[in-house]
Amino acid sequence: MSDALRSQNNGISLENGVIGTRTQRYGGIERVTGAQKYVADLDFPDALQVAVVTIPVGCADILAVDTSAAQAMPGVVAVLTAADLPSPMPRFGVSHKDRPVMADGRVNFYGEPVAAVAAQTKEQAEAAARAVLVEYRELPGVYTLDAALAPDAHLVQDPSDPTVRPKDALRESNVLEGQTIAWGDVAEQEARAALIVEDSYTYPMMTQFPIEPLGFVVEPTDTGGLDIYCPVQHPFLLQRIVADLVGLPLTRVRVVAPDPGGGFGGKQIPKLEPLVAFLALKTGRTCRMMLNLAETTESIRRAGSQVHARTGFSAEGDILFHQVEIDYQLGAYADVAPRVMTKGSYVGAGPYRIPAVLIEARAVLTNTTVSTAMRGYGCPQISWATESQITDGARRLGLDPARVRLRNLVEKGEDFVQGEYPAQADGEWKEVVEKAMQLAHWDEPLPERHGRGIAMAIKSSATSGLSQSLVRLLFDGGALVYAGTSDMGQGARTIWAQTVSDELGVPLDQVVVVSGDTDIVPFDLQTSASRSTVFMGTAVLRACRDVRRQVREMYAERIGVQPEEVRDEPGLLVTPDGPVPLTAAARTALGPLRGEFLGQGTCRLEGRKGHPLGGDASFYEFNCSITEVEVDPGTGQFVLVRHVTVCDVGTELNPIQVTAQDEGGAIMGIGQAIMEQLVYDDHGRLLNAGAVDYRVPTYRDVPLDLCTGSIENHDGPGPYGSKGMSEGPLLCTGAAVGTAIAEATGAKITDLPLTPERVWKETRSAAQAMTR
Amino acid sequence: MDARFAAESQVTVTTTVNGELRTFTAPAHRTLLDALRNELGLTGTKSSCTEGECGACTVLLDGKAVNSCLVLAAEMDGHEVVTIESVSRDGVTDLQEALLKEGAVQCGFCIPGQVMSAEYLLSHTPEPTVEEIRSAMSGNLCRCASYNRIVNAILATSKKRVSTGE
Repeated sequence: MSDALRSQNNGISLENGVIGTRTQRYGGIERVTGAQKYVADLDFPDALQVAVVTIPVGCADILAVDTSAAQAMPGVVAVLTAADLPSPMPRFGVSHKDRPVMADGRVNFYGEPVAAVAAQTKEQAEAAARAVLVEYRELPGVYTLDAALAPDAHLVQDPSDPTVRPKDALRESNVLEGQTIAWGDVAEQEARAALIVEDSYTYPMMTQFPIEPLGFVVEPTDTGGLDIYCPVQHPFLLQRIVADLVGLPLTRVRVVAPDPGGGFGGKQIPKLEPLVAFLALKTGRTCRMMLNLAETTESIRRAGSQVHARTGFSAEGDILFHQVEIDYQLGAYADVAPRVMTKGSYVGAGPYRIPAVLIEARAVLTNTTVSTAMRGYGCPQISWATESQITDGARRLGLDPARVRLRNLVEKGEDFVQGEYPAQADGEWKEVVEKAMQLAHWDEPLPERHGRGIAMAIKSSATSGLSQSLVRLLFDGGALVYAGTSDMGQGARTIWAQTVSDELGVPLDQVVVVSGDTDIVPFDLQTSASRSTVFMGTAVLRACRDVRRQVREMYAERIGVQPEEVRDEPGLLVTPDGPVPLTAAARTALGPLRGEFLGQGTCRLEGRKGHPLGGDASFYEFNCSITEVEVDPGTGQFVLVRHVTVCDVGTELNPIQVTAQDEGGAIMGIGQAIMEQLVYDDHGRLLNAGAVDYRVPTYRDVPLDLCTGSIENHDGPGPYGSKGMSEGPLLCTGAAVGTAIAEATGAKITDLPLTPERVWKETRSAAQAMTR
Repeated sequence: MDARFAAESQVTVTTTVNGELRTFTAPAHRTLLDALRNELGLTGTKSSCTEGECGACTVLLDGKAVNSCLVLAAEMDGHEVVTIESVSRDGVTDLQEALLKEGAVQCGFCIPGQVMSAEYLLSHTPEPTVEEIRSAMSGNLCRCASYNRIVNAILATSKKRVSTGE
């Protein structure tokens, strides 16, 4: 935890407030009645509709694009090709500016736009897009990690292109970046080990599948600027990237971000927005592009991984060393995926006290959908291996997998990452594990065909950040809070409303939360890494305290006492004449001119140079998950009898939202453990985009008993001792389910998803191996 | 193919939507979902997968829950459609209140569809079991995975309605 965050706001008790209560969702009524306006519900009566031109392979040189037939079709206003864009092709990105606005002479992944059509109706745009003739030569693209890492592999990014990776020592390979995390002496520990477990694991590519698909609207303004409407998690990043690409100042690029209908990381980084912006500039008209779920799946995904792990144990169950090689499969462009690799591998040895660790991680480019952020970032991939290794080791030693973990688990304040840039446990993690064991009845005997699996994991939160907020306390006692966090379902607006209500004594129904407009709301770096409660929460809290200070000072002046004679507390001023509600004091202070108080709050955390993550994590999400399954060995079908997930959340600011996020994270994790995977064919075509072919959990996939729990020690850096949460429950679900199935069947499975077919095959193989 | 789109055949449809007789003209291939959202301006019904899997576009057609993305608007002539806007016409219903109370509403995008499916379920099975709810609702995806919360809200609503004879 950084001092910048630590210096505030812990230790406040608000016994009579709404913080800590099951406050109903801000914006809930609009959502249940259908009145909530998502981006597709905004009315742009004169907008042109956009469709993109793609080719049916994942890697090809573009030889010619003939738009003449399309141009002549009814309703078509413009057909944009690479030739219409500036030269060299404008590129964008966060860590690498490598993504072209549209395919630049070469298609590098299936679905990458070769051209785009703007027409009066969607049907006309789609028809014209089909009429664009693209002549191409298919190239031997690399669609798997093995293909990308082969000695003579096709290179996804042309090493001779001076704009792409000019100074990069790895540019003659598909490895975009690598990271090594190492401490201790593996060879020395290996000599002491009573048992060494060695295995290879795979974690498939998956997709975020926000139920609201991606959508973009770009409207040219009268002053030569652009208004962009997009359900984006990072409105200010989108603003900056588009402003840079089209050469406009920030004051001329406005991003309006209606609350997203789910994001899960998939709505962070710009994708087709720049293309639509160039179309709007070319046509001078509003251009609108709404995707469906399948098209969204073709645009966003999580990195898959291959992992090789070696883990050494003492006979008593001490983990002596842990050695991991992990490759993350990126798409054709970097997006944020190099950071997915670094953040995942940094904590890849888990929350344990291990004398020697060697983690070698690589982010590998392939000709597939651009891999971006997804809930859990790079942690589920590596924890699948690490946690499976630990349970395997415990079982082979005849030890209880939970107690082996407890034996090795770090105490609060102890390093779990050692070396030059260490990381310390920031919570009482043992309490989390013990609570999970208790909720799961860990020590009770199991019926036949049942198995229990336990796993745990940590994730680093934001390592730098900046959130700014404004709070206006109005004359009549109402308040407005301006906060740039995108409320995509996590309930950020509710938390800001609760905070303002308690801090200023304003009833909840008189707090308005303003978000999602870069022209109106102050800067927020991003909505990611479960940071908002800590970062924006702190900014909102400080803005409230700023209002309180101003009320106190002006009130003292108004009644003619020294400012020190008045004290401000949550919702009130303590004056020489006794306590006065803050809103009443504000009215007195403002006097006959009325007006309002305007408070400002900033939360800034600078990174640390040289740190592999760019800085120390502001907090960690720690989770322990335990799954009980019943498996039918004859078919491989299994039932999730019980799933327990417990997190260290510091303080539950809103218990109902914590529970809902924990349940949602656990179920998403279960989907990733048992059913989710993206499948590409030999030409790099995505075969299962869309809800028919890509399975996500339904009502029927929820465990019979789904149990969530929190540990609250009020020791987080956020308001009222809170930490961020909501990614924890899916960090280690794969290993919790996988090791439960292993216990029930005797078959250790190393590849996800754990489909019944896979369980049946592996159970059969394990049984055959036993009889041999 | 140009000619076909130039002379795109239009259909005129007269149908009862939320109790009102509505007439609109749209291309013959227009789905009920798109007609509701575009021609009739009823955006409470959401568009997501557009292939009948996610349930976000659920409406009641002659009293039965359907995926409006799989129904052609042209088929609606003489039929009756009920959307989320009608359910909420007189304010928040007991079911909607229960959804909020249970914390079932997160991003909210799937919720109008969930409400329509739940109302259909309760219309023919006033006292569903948990298993019946899970089965009846399994066509409505929720990626926030509020499933247990929604089940609880339906159970609470059922209990309330049965006890008050609604």
